[in-house]
Amino acid sequence: MLLAATPAWAMHISEGILPFSWAAFWYLALVPFLALGVRRLNALAREDLSLKPLVGLLAAVVFIISCMPIPVPTAGTCSHPCGTGVSAILVGPLVSVVIAAVALLIQALFLAHGGLSTLGANAFSMGVVGSLAGWLAFRAVRGMGGSLAVSGFVAGVLADWGTYAATSLILASGIRGDAPLVPLFLKVVLAFLPTQLPLGILEGVVTAGMVTLLYKKRPDLLVKMRVIAEKELPNHA
Amino acid sequence: MPERKRKWKILLMHLILLPTIIFALNFFSLAPKSWEGVDEAVVEKVAKEHGREARDPLIDPGSGDLLLFAFLLAGAVGGFAAGYFWRDLTKK
Repeated sequence: MLLAATPAWAMHISEGILPFSWAAFWYLALVPFLALGVRRLNALAREDLSLKPLVGLLAAVVFIISCMPIPVPTAGTCSHPCGTGVSAILVGPLVSVVIAAVALLIQALFLAHGGLSTLGANAFSMGVVGSLAGWLAFRAVRGMGGSLAVSGFVAGVLADWGTYAATSLILASGIRGDAPLVPLFLKVVLAFLPTQLPLGILEGVVTAGMVTLLYKKRPDLLVKMRVIAEKELPNHA
Repeated sequence: MPERKRKWKILLMHLILLPTIIFALNFFSLAPKSWEGVDEAVVEKVAKEHGREARDPLIDPGSGDLLLFAFLLAGAVGGFAAGYFWRDLTKK
């Protein structure tokens, strides 16, 4: 039965759904973030060359996470986490935009997951909005004294929900024609809700688990990536 | 005391694992229909209502396991290369 299951993709806006003008608009909106991300990545790599392979590994993680369909029994549909919460926490939101764009490009090229014309829109929602939401949430909760696990959980949840909220807005604005935007936007949000509400919580748990595991196994990496301060190391005197 | 703690841990693990396995088996064997992704159930459905339909992908990966094999091969070669040259990759 498992092998006979139909592959199911999610979140990504498929090829041809958005009119050309809107597809071009989201490409243009993405370009500055992508440029800043590449610049930031080069600056970080100048300080420490080992960061580039780590970013490559994170891109592989985001690629796998964001094309892994998970059945949600409460909704009867499948969807997937985004992974940009954890990448934004570890390497910052700008580099996370680059990571998301690369992962989505490979999915669009080889897996028919999303599309080349809608790549700008998909990368904007998952890369820009997802990464920024996750990173800001993580920093805010840490600033309020939250533990790594709690901050990671909130970051994962908000990165996921933020991505789908942005997808709803992008889809509604692209397909509405003469129809009013807000009711259509709310309709898409409500349609996503039964699937993404539990899946966002799952993404929060996964993100918290990944950050906590890194803290236990390789806390030096978290210091290097400026996620925690040196004084927060477990064996710090 | 540690023995008692260990027993509680094992019990707790079984309490979580067993229902999960039973649920997973039931879920897949009794599933009445294929579980659509939300892109079909939400994105494409709403878009179709507004006159927009998904096009075929520009590069059609087709069906079958060939693509899976290509990814496996690329992953194995890439992983081997990254592991073999890891010190070169990470040295200053």
